[in-house]
Amino acid sequence: MTIGDHRITRRRALLAGGVLALAPWLPARADERDIANIPALAAFLAGRKPRWERMRLDLPGLADNGQAVPMKIVVDGPFAPGPYVKVIRLFSQRNPVPEMATFEFPVAVERVEVESRIRLAGTQRIVAVATMSDDALFAAGADVVVTIDACMDGT
Amino acid sequence: MLRVLAVVLACCAGGATAQERVLPLSELRSGVTFAGSNVRAMQADDLANAGMLWVERGEKLWNAAAESSGKSCTSCHGEAQKSMRGVAASYPKFDANAGAVLDIEARINDCRTRRQQASALARESEDLLALTAFVAYQSRGAHLAVSIDGPARAAFERGREFYFTRHGQMNIACTQCHDQNWGKRLLAETISQGHPTAFPAYRLEWQSLGSLQRRLRACLFGIRAEMPPPGAPELTELELYVAWRAQGLPIEAPGVRR
Amino acid sequence: MPDARINIPAEVPRGKPFEVRLLIRHPMETGYRHDDTGKQIPRNVVATLTCRYNGEVVFAARMSPGIAANPYLRFFVTARESGELAFDWVDDRGVRGNERATVNVV
Repeated sequence: MTIGDHRITRRRALLAGGVLALAPWLPARADERDIANIPALAAFLAGRKPRWERMRLDLPGLADNGQAVPMKIVVDGPFAPGPYVKVIRLFSQRNPVPEMATFEFPVAVERVEVESRIRLAGTQRIVAVATMSDDALFAAGADVVVTIDACMDGT
Repeated sequence: MLRVLAVVLACCAGGATAQERVLPLSELRSGVTFAGSNVRAMQADDLANAGMLWVERGEKLWNAAAESSGKSCTSCHGEAQKSMRGVAASYPKFDANAGAVLDIEARINDCRTRRQQASALARESEDLLALTAFVAYQSRGAHLAVSIDGPARAAFERGREFYFTRHGQMNIACTQCHDQNWGKRLLAETISQGHPTAFPAYRLEWQSLGSLQRRLRACLFGIRAEMPPPGAPELTELELYVAWRAQGLPIEAPGVRR
Repeated sequence: MPDARINIPAEVPRGKPFEVRLLIRHPMETGYRHDDTGKQIPRNVVATLTCRYNGEVVFAARMSPGIAANPYLRFFVTARESGELAFDWVDDRGVRGNERATVNVV
């Protein structure tokens, strides 16, 4: 059969099926692979395992321009009473400076949302990690495709 | 009878209405409609739109007195919200004192040198961008309506010729992308109709606000053509042509583009 | 003094989080660009920004070139007493900026 320009051969279909069957045994979660793929993240975690829940990292799947990509981080409450978000760190897989930013919340706030615009040196994965007041860690990741301009701008 | 004849003759003599348009007015679409959702959202929100930083700076400069004369823009024009309302919609415009068609930037510099005894500001300088953004912002929502009659006619014709002439190594004319292929994809981008209404605009690629002339020069660079220097008459003439071509579209300045 | 825009609601209900939006004019120069002569343009970013609410730090951002030029920040602060939000920041060249906003708690 054909899909687009690619011919799905019977061999490939069987191979794909085989991979799917093995899925539970493969490190299928992109989240855990992030730690291996982003050394700065691994260094920060130092063996600790964050929980990949409760946190949302909103980034466009396709960036208009890598110079300014709108980003939103949300950590779901409730917080008080109990552990609250103290720090959120942002890590880049491909930027020359992988530790993109740190947002600190010395005083607990009920609504933990941070928006900014980030710079991406090409298509990559971004990971945000929240540190709670009891040192628990939550994390979320997102992929962004960054394309080059159609026409060069020499101005 | 004579009055009717005069009107008919005026129309045929080449007033704006008699000028042939490749893009009919009913088909005009702002560049923002070709932009991605994030760019559109940034333009729609004055608190997120980085171009507003220049508008704010422009307001301070509007009120600042020039050292030599003690005059600020306010001295003659009062509150910009009143005096500049809708003004940008008529630019570029022929100025009798200067004896030439001026864009907003040139008009600001003309005012500075002629009336304030202040020095002209360099094109693309922070201060000129700020004043231009502030002035254009007062016309947000106003519909573009430039005059191409009388003394502006020659400049308009030269601008139109430039627009329809092939330029650069790629040997492309503006009309080929923006009249014949708007809406189609070029790599990951969609070709717009090439209207000026968002300028001066915060272009993400520039990481700064920039003028319409900068955007025109960028297009020329993109087709590997020699860029006229900022402020060159060819650029002002082209500005006049594209403004005429966009007649009726509302001003969006400061816009946001990728 | 760098240009900056701050926005908070005119009135904020006591005990509830209110939205803070901040936009700062700054190139956030990455240090990886070169000028027309081929010379590397040195890195210059707003490395540290703090937000103090009646003197107490309620938010701080440490930023790298990974934050886009003309940094935009939106976050929330819990309303307690009326007073002032004070923003202070400094870039790699040591150029300082600051902005103030009045907090009106109702």
